[in-house]
Amino acid sequence: MKNFKYIIKDPVGLHARPAGNLAKKVKEYESKVIIKKGEKAAEAQKLMTVMGLCVKQNDEITIEIDGVDEDRAYLEIQKFFEENF
Amino acid sequence: MQKISGKSVQNGTAIGKIKVYTKIGTPVKRIHVNNAVAEILRVEKAVNQAIMDLQNLYKIAVNGAGEDSAAIFEVHQMMLEDEDYNDSIRNIIEHENVNAEFAVARTNEIFSDIFASMEDEYMKARAIDIKDISNRLIHILTGEEENILSDLKEKVILIADDLTPSETVQLEKSMILAFVTVHGSLTSHTAILARTMNIPALISVPIENINELDGKIGIIDGKEAVLYIEPDDNTIEFYEKAVLEEEVQKKLLLELRGKPTVTSDGKEIHLCANVGNIGDIAFAQSNDADGIGLFRSEFIYLGSKDYPTEEEQFQMYKQALQLMEKKKVIIRTCDIGADKQVDYFCMDKEENPALGYRAIRICLDRVDFFKTQLRALFRAAVFGSLSIMYPMIISLDEVKRIKEIVSEVQTELETSGIPYAKHVEQGIMIETPAAALISDELAREVDFFSVGTNDLTQYTLAIDRQNGKLDSLYDKHHRAILSLIKMAADNAHANGKWIGICGELGSDLELTKTFLDMGIDELSVSPGMILKVRKRIMEL
Repeated sequence: MKNFKYIIKDPVGLHARPAGNLAKKVKEYESKVIIKKGEKAAEAQKLMTVMGLCVKQNDEITIEIDGVDEDRAYLEIQKFFEENF
Repeated sequence: MQKISGKSVQNGTAIGKIKVYTKIGTPVKRIHVNNAVAEILRVEKAVNQAIMDLQNLYKIAVNGAGEDSAAIFEVHQMMLEDEDYNDSIRNIIEHENVNAEFAVARTNEIFSDIFASMEDEYMKARAIDIKDISNRLIHILTGEEENILSDLKEKVILIADDLTPSETVQLEKSMILAFVTVHGSLTSHTAILARTMNIPALISVPIENINELDGKIGIIDGKEAVLYIEPDDNTIEFYEKAVLEEEVQKKLLLELRGKPTVTSDGKEIHLCANVGNIGDIAFAQSNDADGIGLFRSEFIYLGSKDYPTEEEQFQMYKQALQLMEKKKVIIRTCDIGADKQVDYFCMDKEENPALGYRAIRICLDRVDFFKTQLRALFRAAVFGSLSIMYPMIISLDEVKRIKEIVSEVQTELETSGIPYAKHVEQGIMIETPAAALISDELAREVDFFSVGTNDLTQYTLAIDRQNGKLDSLYDKHHRAILSLIKMAADNAHANGKWIGICGELGSDLELTKTFLDMGIDELSVSPGMILKVRKRIMEL
């Protein structure tokens, strides 16, 4: 399993549209991708659950990636966050 | 040919195809099914259909309104693909052996409740999206027609039992030739809307089977208050001529655009428009309004399924101010309650809503709610010439309390470093006899008065304006009302303040002279009446 921490820069946070794009993105991998904010966690491909985390600007989240293609997924998802959030 | 009489709320003639609006949204029934697998297949097909529809809507919206406005359709597609949402529907069908429609409705409740209970304003508002996608699925499953009000394809005569304010908000107005309602009263919202749009309208038309009229040709004669259904050739010919003549008259009035509203002895009147939403501003401008004398902010609440956020409101007010350029826009704060109800306010049922919990009474009770609107207003004021007007005032204490809250809001904006206007003209509605009677005290505390004659009449004469049976007693020219207006005008002027009239009486051409004699400074009328009132004033 690999993980990275990320602080949201986007002023609107992880709201519907970017969260939807993220959900689409993680479906490209076999690995399971989990987003954690404090005590709460959500599978990244479940849009509504992710929205339910209420991730806002300056919130720190942890992204956990676990599975056979985790190395590739780790790099690409990290890049995706930097570019989108 | 059938000929039915009603009451006319707006003169004029219209010929066209009839569109009948009946309320949809019949509650979804729970039906036991034996074949759950077949139901699940139905849902899957409906989801695919919905996604395809949304893709098309997205394309249309991108071309028509741009990427930003279209984004919502893309978000809805993503939400429809959400695993949890789809799992929930499937589980309900499998475990309870129920029909697909019911499972979607239940899932909608579960998910929209989750979002509605979130603290974050943005997420709270997403409950609407869940409802939207769920309704879309239910419509596809039941084969029900989508809400026709916002989706009219050709110009029609709209016939309905009655139209609520929230229904009139959704109307695609450019497609309406005339209104006919079976119920409704002379001062109902349909009536106000017809005057704004300057199109013929009949109310209290006793039509028996309204659904049978859909698609038939109809004629409205606003002057005689008659509706013709499937008229014969002679009748059509007669009214086609009438329509042409009216167009000529309208053109003559349009020549008064750009002319100042001045009486023959040189007295100038500020002639403004009453509007109910952003779209109406176009009507105000095409009729050459000097400004907006009454911007009813209710449409923001009525058109929404949840509390509108500060940002949403800010954008609307800013847009209104920018559309009117430097001209004055008087925005009335939330006047919900009485005949204008919204579900999400969760208000108790009242015996006498018109005498009840409404307008400023709600705002002074739910201060946070009030502050959201005030913050949006003071922020928007930077972008034009804004005045704020408070409705339903009965006491000096209310005005003082409003001032305290306003100063709190300004301090909050100041400390957060958010741009806002420090000096905004603020006035009150004179629409209760109490306010008129203590207008000497009130005039010292506010910048202006605006008389809301509809409510002032209903409260002075003790006549419910929604009760059609009392229309004959509703004497608009009652001396009591004119005395109260005169009293308020004298007190305003004695304190160096100005006074306007924004109720229906403002466009009553029989009273124009009376108001001018009282020294009324501003008349705010339905956009369609501006040029007629200007003509009248120029004749005086």
